[in-house]
Amino acid sequence: MGRGIERARDGSFRVRLPAEERDVLAALPGQLREALDEGEPTLYRMFPPAHSDDDEANAEYAQLVGRGLLDGKLRALAELERTARADMLSEDELGAWLGGLESLRLALGTQLDITEESYVTFDPSDPDAPRLALYHWLSWLQEEVIQALGD
Amino acid sequence: MEPSLPRMRSTPSAPPSTEIVTLLRVTQIVESPTRHPAPTPTDHPVDERPWVVIVWNDPINLMSYVTLVLQRLFGYTKAKATRLMLQVHHEGKAVVSAGTREKAELDVSQLHAHGLWATMQQD
Repeated sequence: MGRGIERARDGSFRVRLPAEERDVLAALPGQLREALDEGEPTLYRMFPPAHSDDDEANAEYAQLVGRGLLDGKLRALAELERTARADMLSEDELGAWLGGLESLRLALGTQLDITEESYVTFDPSDPDAPRLALYHWLSWLQEEVIQALGD
Repeated sequence: MEPSLPRMRSTPSAPPSTEIVTLLRVTQIVESPTRHPAPTPTDHPVDERPWVVIVWNDPINLMSYVTLVLQRLFGYTKAKATRLMLQVHHEGKAVVSAGTREKAELDVSQLHAHGLWATMQQD
């Protein structure tokens, strides 16, 4: 059997990932939470403006929904952290993986300044190579989640 | 808010007794806010153009992910969601929903909750 995520007959999801990848998955949510606490500026991508050219409306929008957006993202990260080593996931838990992976990819992708080009070239001598490899692994895992949910 | 025009009485306090007063009254009536109400916020023509919600292309979100989010949030078929996703990918953006300001704000916040880059504007 291949690795990855697939829907089981009872509607839950079977997750096949090596233990070392589970360790990474369990550690990342805490790192992102810390960065959020510290107000890391590259995290702006997780909270985009609602209006292209209206600062006042954006301030109102942030006031209105900012806290709720953050809470929702933190909940998904906490759930991903809690279930990172589980062999079976419910649909809700896998939904939290989808959201948690999304936040991790947005944060890391913005820090790495990911472009369309980043997906077709990979330079192992790049000082960012380890983090780029992590980003691509997160992308693969998110794709696995998407395919499993669509099955 | 626009400065309000000086309020003028709509009825004279005394009946016009001379031609001058009558003339004056006519002028007042022509300019009277009673006949031509001073603009107030509620009197402004309401801008009823619909609001549209735009999803912008970004290099991080996977194409399959954008399609899935559009299906789930808006109940679009896979074909429609895929068409919109491809428009975002190839043209840089696509209008994914439209309606009142409140609806647009809700849609944008849900797209943001799912990590998509979305903005709203009046069409």
